[in-house]
Amino acid sequence: MPSPSARRFEQVLRPTPAGLWCEPGDFYIDPPGPVARAVITHGHADHARSGHGAVLATPETLAIMGERYGADFATTTQALAYGERLTVGGVQVSLAPAGHVLGSAQATVRCDGITITASGDYKRRRDPTCAGFQPVPSDVFITEATFGLPVFRHPPDTQEIGRLLRSVQQFPERAHLVGAYALGKAQRVIRLLREAGYDETIYVHGALERLNRLYQHFGVDLGPLAPTTGSKADFAGRIIIAPPSAVADRWSRRFPDPVTAFASGWMSVRARVRQRGVELPLILSDHADWDELTATLSELSPQEVWITHGRDDALRRWAELQGLKARALHLVGYDDEDDD
Amino acid sequence: MRAFAALLDRLSFTASRNAKLRLIRDHLADAPDPDRGWALAALTGGLSFNAAKPAMIRQAVEGRVDPELFRLSYDYVGDLAETVALIWPAQHGANREPELSEVIDALNGARRGEVQGLLETWLDALDADGRWALLKLVTGGLRVGVSARLAWQAAADYGRVQVADIQEVWHAQAPPYADLLAWLDGKADRPSAQAPGRFRPVMLAQPIDEAADLPRLDPAAYAAEWKWDGIRVQAVSEGGVKRLYSRTGEDVSAAFPDVVAALDYDGVIDGELMVLRDGRAAPFGDLQQRLNRKTADARLMASHPAGVRAYDLLAADGEDLRALPFVQRRARLEALVAAVGSDRIDLSPLVAFSTWDDLAAARAAPPPGDARSAEGLMLKRRDSVYEAGRPKGPWFKWKRDPHLIDAVLMYAQRGHGKRSSFYSDYTFGVWTQDADGVHALTPVGKAYFGFTDEELKQLDKFVRDHTVERFGPVRAVRADRTFGLVLEVAFEGLQRSKRHKSGVAMRFPRINRIRWDKPAKEADELPTLERMLD
Repeated sequence: MPSPSARRFEQVLRPTPAGLWCEPGDFYIDPPGPVARAVITHGHADHARSGHGAVLATPETLAIMGERYGADFATTTQALAYGERLTVGGVQVSLAPAGHVLGSAQATVRCDGITITASGDYKRRRDPTCAGFQPVPSDVFITEATFGLPVFRHPPDTQEIGRLLRSVQQFPERAHLVGAYALGKAQRVIRLLREAGYDETIYVHGALERLNRLYQHFGVDLGPLAPTTGSKADFAGRIIIAPPSAVADRWSRRFPDPVTAFASGWMSVRARVRQRGVELPLILSDHADWDELTATLSELSPQEVWITHGRDDALRRWAELQGLKARALHLVGYDDEDDD
Repeated sequence: MRAFAALLDRLSFTASRNAKLRLIRDHLADAPDPDRGWALAALTGGLSFNAAKPAMIRQAVEGRVDPELFRLSYDYVGDLAETVALIWPAQHGANREPELSEVIDALNGARRGEVQGLLETWLDALDADGRWALLKLVTGGLRVGVSARLAWQAAADYGRVQVADIQEVWHAQAPPYADLLAWLDGKADRPSAQAPGRFRPVMLAQPIDEAADLPRLDPAAYAAEWKWDGIRVQAVSEGGVKRLYSRTGEDVSAAFPDVVAALDYDGVIDGELMVLRDGRAAPFGDLQQRLNRKTADARLMASHPAGVRAYDLLAADGEDLRALPFVQRRARLEALVAAVGSDRIDLSPLVAFSTWDDLAAARAAPPPGDARSAEGLMLKRRDSVYEAGRPKGPWFKWKRDPHLIDAVLMYAQRGHGKRSSFYSDYTFGVWTQDADGVHALTPVGKAYFGFTDEELKQLDKFVRDHTVERFGPVRAVRADRTFGLVLEVAFEGLQRSKRHKSGVAMRFPRINRIRWDKPAKEADELPTLERMLD
C-alpha cells in the first residue's frame, strides 16, 4: 500500500508499463517504446528511442538522436537548455546536467509544490566531455543503480589511462585496441588520453566517426584522429578505439597482435574480464559507482528515493540502514552499461 | 606493493608467454630491492604463508561491512578474496601503503594472534588491486598462470644470461635473492652454486625425424633405453640434504617423502619418477594420483609406492660427473644403484640393438614386464657429456606413434590474446548408442593446437557459419548424424575419469588433421576409444 505522500507523488509521476508517466503534463520520461510526448534524458539507445510524437531534450541530445536515427526521429522536437524552465500542461519541466554523456540531463518536474527529479543515468566525477552533475533538491529523487553494489568503486580515471599508456610503452610492437561504447565512453577515453599528454594520432573504428564529429562540433577537442586503414605494421604501438562488439570481431585481425582493452565499469570484476577475453581491463564508467550513488542520496536526502534499474536490492538495503525511504520501480528496457 | 599488485593483476589476464616474460622482466628492471626479489620468490612459488584462512578474512570484513550488503556482493562476485578486495571500505590517509617486503617481514615475524590485526591495517591502506594481491599472498597460491620456469626465464631475459645459469645457482640462493639480482644487474659476479642439495639444470632430447636423422646417424654411436612415461626428476642426496626436483627445478620433495627417504647415497640421480610395484613400473595414471598434492597421504603412499627409475648420474661423492661421456656416467650409475639396493631406486635398462631396424622393432613393442609404462625410446650418444638445455644431436627421443581417433567438433570457445578474435579451443565428441540404437555425441576432449594459422581461419569460419547456440564465449556448432566437422585427434594416452561425462580423459590431445572430407556419422564411437585405455 503506498503511503499518502507516495500517492501524492504518484499523482505527479509514476511508473507504468509504458514508462515513467507524468499524468498532469501527459508525457513520459525515457519511455521504452514510442509515445505521443517524451522527455529524453540522454542519447543512449535504451533511453532515447525513435518514433515518438514530440520530444523534449537538451540541444546536444537532440543532435545525437538526429545523428543516430536521422532527422525525422520524431514528429516534432523542442530543445531545452540546462536551467531553463518550461511549463507543460501545468507542470514545470527543467533539465539539469547529469554528468553521464554529452547533453545528458536530469529531468525535474514541479507540480502542486512537489518536486521530482528523474536523473536518468549519471555520474559524479569530472568528465571532460560533458557538463558535471548538478544536484537538484527534490522531494523524490529517481536514481539508477547500475553499479549499486559496494564492490563497485571505480578507481581514478587517470590511473586507468595511465595503465593503458604504460602498456603501449611496454609493448611497442603490438596494437592497443580499446573497446569503448560509441556514445560518450569513446570520446571520454580519447579526451582523457589527450589530458594525459598523449598527442599521437588515435585510430577510430568507422562506427565512431559521426559521434566523434558531433562531439567536436560541440567543442570537445579530440585531437588528431584517423580511420583504421593501412597495413598491419602501421598499427604497431598505436591506440585504436572501437565499439566493444568490434574488438573480438574479425575486424580486429587487421592489427598486429593486439592487446585487447575494454573501458567499462564492469572491468573491476575478474569474471567479467575473463568472459570477454580482455587482456587489459580499464575501469572507466559513465555511471555512478557505489560511493557516488550513496553520496548523492545522502547529499540530496529526498523524502523518497525511487530506483529505476540496476542492482536495486543493495541500494535499498543501504537506504534502509540510513533511514531513507527507497522503492524499486523495476522499470524494464534499460540496459546495463556496455552490454551490446 | 602497488607495483607488485599491478604486475599480478596484469599477469592474471595475460595469456601469451612472451607477454608474461616481458611483464616480469620489466618488473625486475623497475622495482626496487628487496621488493623485486620478493616478487620473484612469490612468482616461483618460494613464498608460502598460509597465514590467513578464509574464515579470518570473512571475520575481518564482516566487522567493516553490513552482512547483508556483503552477502549480496559475494553472491555477485563469487570469489571471497576478490569480494573482500573490492568491498573493503577505503580509509584514505589512514596508513601508508605497505611495501611488499614490509608485508613479508611482518608476516614472518608475526605470532598467530597478530595476523588478523596486521591484515586489517594493510587492507585499510591499500587500493583494490593491492588488497587482492595481499589476499592472494597470505592465503597461499597466486594462481596467475606463471610457473617457476617462466619466472626464471624472465629473470634470464632481464640479465641476458641463460636460464640454465639461473637454475644452477637458484637453490643455493635465498629470497629476496639480492646476490642473484646484483649479478643479473651486471653489478656483481655470478653467485655461488656451491650448496649441497642444489638442482642441476637438466639435459633434454630433441624429437627425432625418422626420415632425415636416422639414415645419417651411426647406430654404434648410440645407446638406447625406454622413454618412461612418468615424471622426469632429479634425486639429490648430498651432505645429508635430500631433495627431489622436477625437471624445471621445482622442489617436489613434500609430496614424495617415501622416495626422499630412500635417497641413501651421495650423489645426483637423473631419472623418472614412477609408481613402482615389485620392480615393475605402473602406467602414468597411477603416478597421477600422487601429483598436485602439497603433502603426501599415508594410504596413497602404501597403495601407490613411488620410486625413481634411474638413467643418469650427474654427481657422486662430491665429484661433478657432467663432463664425462655418457658410458662412463652410466657405469658409475650402475654401480651406485647396485650399492644402494633399494626397491625405490632401480636402473632403466639399456635396450640392445645393432641396426635402426632392430630398434624400430623394439619401439613398436612394450618393454618386457612394464607394458604401457613407456612412451617410446631414448637415444643417447655414447660419448655425450651432460649439457643443460636441448642441444641438437647428442640425445633424441623417438616416441611411439600417438593414438588417433576421428571425432566430431561440438563446441568452440574464443581464444585469448592473439587469438581473441578466433574460435580456437575445440571440444570434440564421439558417438554413443543407446539401447534403441539412437546415436548421440558425447564430448571426450578439448584441443587448441595442432593446426596451422591457415587452418585456424578455416575452423573459425566453420564455427561462425554453423553456430546453433551461444553461451558467452562458447558456441555450439551443428553436429549431428547428417552434418558435422570431423577432426582427427591425436593423443598420447587415455585414462578413466570420473570427472568427464564420457568416462575417459585424454593426454595431450591435439588436432592432427581436419577431415573436411569425412561424413560426421563415420566418426569413431566411444567403445573404439575405450579399447585404447591405458
